[in-house]
Formats: sequence, C-alpha cells, structure tokens
Amino acid sequence: MPKDGGIGAATTRREDVRFLTGKGQYSDDIRTFGECAAVFARSNVANGTIKSINTEAAAAMPGVLAIFTGEDFVEVGGNPAGWAIVSRDGEPMKEPKRPVLAHGKVRHVGDAYAAVIAETVQQGKDAVEAIEIDIEEHDAVINMADALSGTNYVHDEIGTNQCFDWGWIEDNRAATDEAIKGAHHVTTLELVNNRLVPNAMEPRCSIGHYNTGTGDYTLHTTSQNPHLTRLLISAFVMGIPENKLTVIAPDVGGGFGSKIYHYGEEALVLAAAKKLGRTVKWTSDRSEAFLTDAHGRDHVTKIELAMDKEGNFLAFRTETMANVGAYLSNFSTATPTFLHGTLMAGNYTVPLVYVNVKTVFTNTAPVDAYRGAGRPEATYSLERVIDMAAREIGMDPTELRRKNFIKPDQYPYASAAGLEYDSGNYDALMDQMEKVSDKAGFAARRAESESKGLLRGFGVNAYIEACGIAPSNLVGILGSRVGLYDAATVRVNATGNLSVMVGAHSHGQGHETVFPQVVAEMLGIDAQSIDIVHGDTSKIPFGMGTYGSRSLAVCGSAVVRATEKIILKATKIAAHMLETEENNVEFNDGTFSVAGTNKSVSFGEVALKAYIPHEFPIEAIEPGLEETAFYDPANFTYPSGAYCCEVEIDPETGKVSVDRMTAVDDFGNVINPLVVTGQVHGGLGQGIGQALVENTTYDDDGQLLSASYMDYTMPRADDLPFYTVDHSMGNACTHNPLGVKGCGEAGAIGSPPTVVNAVIDALQSGGKNITHIDMPMTPHRVWSAMQNAK
Amino acid sequence: MTTISMTVNGKTISENVEGNTLLSSFLREDLRMTGTHIGCDTSQCGACVVHVNGEAVKSCTMFVIEADGAEIGTIEGQANNDGSLNVVQQAFQDHHGLQCGFCTPGMVMSATALLKDNPKPSEQEIREYLEGNICRCTGYHNIVKSIMAASGQDVSKIAAE
Repeated sequence: MPKDGGIGAATTRREDVRFLTGKGQYSDDIRTFGECAAVFARSNVANGTIKSINTEAAAAMPGVLAIFTGEDFVEVGGNPAGWAIVSRDGEPMKEPKRPVLAHGKVRHVGDAYAAVIAETVQQGKDAVEAIEIDIEEHDAVINMADALSGTNYVHDEIGTNQCFDWGWIEDNRAATDEAIKGAHHVTTLELVNNRLVPNAMEPRCSIGHYNTGTGDYTLHTTSQNPHLTRLLISAFVMGIPENKLTVIAPDVGGGFGSKIYHYGEEALVLAAAKKLGRTVKWTSDRSEAFLTDAHGRDHVTKIELAMDKEGNFLAFRTETMANVGAYLSNFSTATPTFLHGTLMAGNYTVPLVYVNVKTVFTNTAPVDAYRGAGRPEATYSLERVIDMAAREIGMDPTELRRKNFIKPDQYPYASAAGLEYDSGNYDALMDQMEKVSDKAGFAARRAESESKGLLRGFGVNAYIEACGIAPSNLVGILGSRVGLYDAATVRVNATGNLSVMVGAHSHGQGHETVFPQVVAEMLGIDAQSIDIVHGDTSKIPFGMGTYGSRSLAVCGSAVVRATEKIILKATKIAAHMLETEENNVEFNDGTFSVAGTNKSVSFGEVALKAYIPHEFPIEAIEPGLEETAFYDPANFTYPSGAYCCEVEIDPETGKVSVDRMTAVDDFGNVINPLVVTGQVHGGLGQGIGQALVENTTYDDDGQLLSASYMDYTMPRADDLPFYTVDHSMGNACTHNPLGVKGCGEAGAIGSPPTVVNAVIDALQSGGKNITHIDMPMTPHRVWSAMQNAK
Repeated sequence: MTTISMTVNGKTISENVEGNTLLSSFLREDLRMTGTHIGCDTSQCGACVVHVNGEAVKSCTMFVIEADGAEIGTIEGQANNDGSLNVVQQAFQDHHGLQCGFCTPGMVMSATALLKDNPKPSEQEIREYLEGNICRCTGYHNIVKSIMAASGQDVSKIAAE
C-alpha cells in the first residue's frame, strides 16, 4: 500500500510547486510567433437598435488586420442553452439566438458588436475607438417584475420577456395550496438572492490558431470543460468538425462556474485565425470580465412554510423570479429549475413541495451557474423561512430543524421535491456542529460581546445538495441536451509509470494530486509515479469537465473503473508470466503472486511484459496496458451539512463581523482531507462574501455600477475569520465506487443563511423586532434596519 | 523609446521601452517572466506584486522607467539557490495556501515583504497587510496560516486539517 500517497492521506499538492515559483502556464502566459490581438467593441448602452456600423476609418488605422461585425456571423449558429425547460402550460422555453457578435440589436452593456484584429492590443484599442456606430437607444429592461408585465422586450421576436414559467412538482400544486390554506401556522418570507459576479482571479483569455496546411484549428481557452466547449463550437456555433478542432485549457485560474460556458470571444478568435492565417489572442481585462462573464444567483423569491401546531412541516411553496440576463447562457435554464426546485424539500420529511420559477430576460449580462448553482438559492430560501418560523412559534431554530429532519433509518428517502437521497445523518451532523463550535460557550461569549457594547448572534443552518450531476438517462428526461458521464484513460507505460487522462479539469481543485492517490491505492504503487493529464481534447477521452462538485464522484469513478480494467488485464499477463491460471493469482501491494508459493512478479515487470510481448500469448491477450472507462452515475450524490456562525454587530455603525464559522459536512469518504478542507474554506469565503459584502448593481439604464474591484466588494483577508471545518461524520455515498459525494460547493451553499440567521439573532437579542434583512447585509442596511425597527 | 537598466532577480538587464510601459507589462511581455499576473485594471487585486528595492509594489502601478536602476524581485527569483522552495513558498505548500495559483505570486511576494518588516506578525496584522491581495479560492484561512507558519509560529492550534 502507498504509505502516504493513498486514499485518505492529507498529501500536499504537487501542482503547487509550479504555481509557487511562477511557472504556471495560464492562457495569457502563452506567446506564439506571429500572434496578433483581438479587441472587442462593446455596447455602452443596455438596449438599442444598431442603425449602422462604419468600420472604414478603423480599418485604415495602423496595425489593423481585420474587423468583424455581427454581419459576418449571420450564417453561423448561435450559442445554445444546454437544457430545455417546458413551461407549466406545455410550451417550450423561449430560446432567442445568441450570436457570436450582436446583430441588429445590442442587449446589454458590454455586448460585443464588433472585433478588431490588430498587430498589438494597443492598436486594436485605438481602432475600436474609431468604429462609428449609430445606435438608437431604447429604455432598458432591468427590473424583473417590470420586465414580466411590460411590453418593452429584450428580444422583440419572442414577444415576451419570460423565458419559461416552470412548476415543480406541478401535480403537487393543488395539494400544496390546500395544505397551506388549512395549516395551523404559515410563515411567509420575501427575499432577494443577490446577484453576484464569480470573479475568478484569472480573467478569461482565448487564443485561436489555424493551421493553413492541415485545416486544423486549436483553441487555447480558460475553460472548465474543454470538450464541452469544443462540442458547442463544432455542433452549434461554427460547424468546425470536432476532428479538426482541439481545445486546450491549460492552467486555469479559478472558474466557479463562469468558465463552464462557451463565449462568443472563443468563436471569434477561431474565425479570425482562419481568415488571417495567424494566431489571434484575446485577453479580457477586469472591466470586460464584470460586463460579460456570466453572473450568478439573482432570484427574487416568496416562500411560505406551513406547519401544524406541533411544528411539523406540512408544505413549502415558493414563487421565484430568476434573472437570465440578455441571452441564455449554456446552463442558465437548468440552474433555477432542476438544480434549485429539486432541492426545495431540504433535509426534511415535508410531504409537499411546490416551486414556481419564472425566468426573465433583462438587459443585463447573462446569468448562469455560480458556485452552488441553484442549490444556494434553495438552501437560502428554506433555511431563512425555517429560522423565521421558529422565531414566530417560539421554538429553538435547531430544535425545529431536528424535529423535521429525515432520520438515518429512512434512507433511501424519496423527497417531496422528487429526488431519492441515498444516505445521511443530519442529527449527527448537528450534534457534531454543536460540539466543535462550542455552542455551549455561546452565552458567555455573548455576555462578553455585550460588555463591549456589541450585539452577538448565533445562526444555524442545515443543508443538502445534489452533486455529481447525473445520471444521463434521468437528466435527459428532465431536459438536458448533454449526457453527464465522465471518462478516464489509464495508460501504464512500459517502464511502469502511469499517465491518467481524465475528462475532469482542475482549476484549483488539486486533481493532479488527488486522482493519483486513488490509482496508487488501487495498484499499490507510489503515487509519484502517476501523472494526470487533463485539459486537452487531443489527449484526453471525451469528458464533461468540472462543475457541480462532480470531479471525484463522476470522473474519479471513471478512474476507478479504468484502473479495475488495468488490474484485470495485468492479472492475465501475470498469470502467463507465472505459468499459472488467472484465478490463482493474487494482487497485493503492487505484486502479483501465486497463492501458496513464493512465485511473484511486480506490477512494473508486468507493465514491461505488456509492451515487450516476447513469449506472449498474443492469441489470448493483446499487447499494451491501457484502458478507458466511461462512468455514468446511478444517481446524484447528496452531501449535507450543519453549519453555524457567530456574528458581532456594532450597533453604532451596523457593521457585522463574522467571529466564528463552523462547517460540519457529510462528504462521504474523503480522499485528501487537506484538499477537501481547502474547498470548504473557499466556499465559506464566497458565501460570507455574498451574505455581507458582495452585490451586483445595475442602474435603471442598465449601466453596471459595480464593474470594478473599486465598486464590487470582494471579501478580503480582514473580512473573514479562521473557520472550523469538520468532515469526520461522512456517510459513504452508496452508489459510486469511492463512496464520495463532492465538496466543492458546500461552503457557498451552507454559509449565507447561517450568517443571515446569526445577524437576525443578534439584532433580536438587542431588542429589535427585525425578522429579515436582504443580502448583502452591509453596515448601511443593518444600521438602517435598526433605526427603522421598534 | 528609452533605454533602461535594472537588476531583476539578481541579473542585470537593459532594454529599450516605451515611456507608457507598466512594470507589470515589461516583466510579462519584454522579459517573458509570466509569473507576475494581471488580475484587474484598477490596482486592487495584488496578483502583480513584486519587490522594488525590497519593498512590495503592485507592478501595475509603476511605469518601468520609474524602476530604472532599481533592484526588482519577482516570484521567479524566490526559490532557494538549489531550486527548492524557500521558507514562505514551502509554508504555502505545506498548509495548502493556494488553489488555482493565480493570486499566489502576489501573495508570496506580499507575505515576504511583510515578514521582512514584521518577523512575527499576528493573525490580524497579516489580514490587514493582505488588504491589497485578493484571493477567490481559499477564503484566506490557509494563506494566513501559511504566513504564520513561515514566520515560525505554531499553527497547530488553528482550526482544522
């Protein structure tokens, strides 16, 4: 067995060495001989008709090689939505075309209507200034309620701003209404899930290359899923045959969802590369990133919780407006529906759930999945209304949750929102959370805060999420236009080391360290002899990439299956070498041996034999030792957790500080606790950021007011505490070979309601009758609420 | 074009530059030292922090001609002479102080400058010093922990793994 590099070891990350020495290779670090620059002309109005574009003067500027406008892409396809949703009335969702460059109309500030290709970025920028565009400006469609009731449309051709009106589960609607009508107690909460910008620290970058000799294209791009990007460009947008297009996502500096999607800039640099026969590069600056990266969240929700007189949950009913922005981004229709509505039973034995979601086009940047993607919105609505209900009926918020938790003997559990949870123990998580957070010491800490003139609150939350989004058969029925399997190829080289090609993509998750731990454990060899290859469609099998906390649960399972095939074949070869039957061969600690004898061969010797097949039973076994597996999961995985936090509020200023934050998660089995803990930390940072400081603000004209780090508040080191993170209470996933559930998004799902619940607790402890404050709970909002409260 | 010369990671260089070239662009484009990253356009993110005469500077806030004659240190020059990670780099690896790696060069350069001035910074001093360095991956926990560890402080009591 590998002593320190196998399953469960807190191995430090091998990829760190290149990142710590400046040797990472991110897209913008790549230079190609003869490369030129793409610079985009972007709309400064939110909604307008393009009357004319005159590029003559710009084309004559120094260094300008070509100019593209929307006219050049009329004949090619649009960037599609990956999930088809059907409205309650049976109508398919509205899918206006999303072109490579705006044509006819511009629909949000930042919408690109032209691109200049020039020798240098500076020349390109100068030429963009010289493009003359005549835009007839229209009123911007910004507010979702106004968008739904008005007749000013983002897309005139569809005659509505509603993409779809979705009900889940529609058959439960009447019963849910009935249950709420007759309930002993109904708690109602209207809330906003604030719009966020993912803000991966590396801005997007795309480099198009066209080989004039072979007709092959290569795209280097900041992607979480190079195969998906290739598929979209090939099958939908550009029609480039997949075998003529290689997509490479090298080191990628964070994604958080925003780099899942195909963007028009990728198609543009490919088209320009072909036209010019030169490498064409575009690197986003941060202002462009704010204007054009897919944003996240942006729900306005009314939720009702019905209870009987003992506090048993009878029904949840929600009505949500979800912003999709000006165009449908690739996952934008799945996020507010199947990644949100299906989680609206939470951790609870509630018998009825009904969710209504209306998605709304507005003249804003597209909105899509951002860390958690629908599940933070579900958890926030549920856990806020439950907390409010507990306070209304005078029950401890933890007790009300415990009273309604699904119990460990109820698995598999069919939730009222249509999922089958496989495993969990929410009471145990709550117990552990109360222990490791020292909940018992809260009263003393509150007294200490109060002695300093500060309010202190304790907030609690329980969440469940669905990760490893799958299986393909199910998601296909639900409207997904892609399969959601993943793939791995394990190549044992002749000298006994391994290259493992995976469909998942690592952009901070540590796959290069963690995946070898799995293979090393299975083969009983040194993890250092195993390398992961990812991010290059010419090298890896067709996989679906990394998002939705799926890498280990789905792609890791493919790695297991491929490694199992390796062991099977290696055993055959070993049997031949040991002159015995396969079933006499045992494989342990990297050694094949014949039971009851001292005859053995090492894994390395078998590998060598596979590639130098002298005296080899060619008729029974092929040479070589390389296997591929595609893995399509049987179900989602269901991580769950119990979180708590303690906040201090300065009543003089309204400033909220998170003093203690505890996350106890059930991730099933854990391969590398160091990496898992880091994933939770990052999610907590983003979740606390959402709760306290982050917000995306458009004015009524559709100008993005929060379009830089001067205006959009990113959480900084002094905004956040040390966290207490515990994942010792895992219940193994029952349906994947590693028993893993996924940890990438948990922190961002569990923390926002925890923080808000703590703030409300603190304010009420100070005698203020405040039941809700929308995120972000800035000093101004909290202070104002305190001034207005009795 | 102006001719400038400076020492970068101990090596003397001399180049012709345009007057409006930023130090960050000069390092990346002219010297092809791409470890210094550019994550914003408002001098907020800190991914481009380098050392100018030993002080931490956001290299996007400085024209390269202003650095004429200076000693510049970048992430590429931080490792020990034998190529192994230095104390700060090693602490970041040991304590998982990085994930995607994009902000990391700036974090290491800032942390190094902090420790030069304040060899045993408190948690709060570290957090305040890192105001100008944004990380989106780590929630800062392990970055702060790494810097405390690099300064020789016992971090075994800091929560979790």
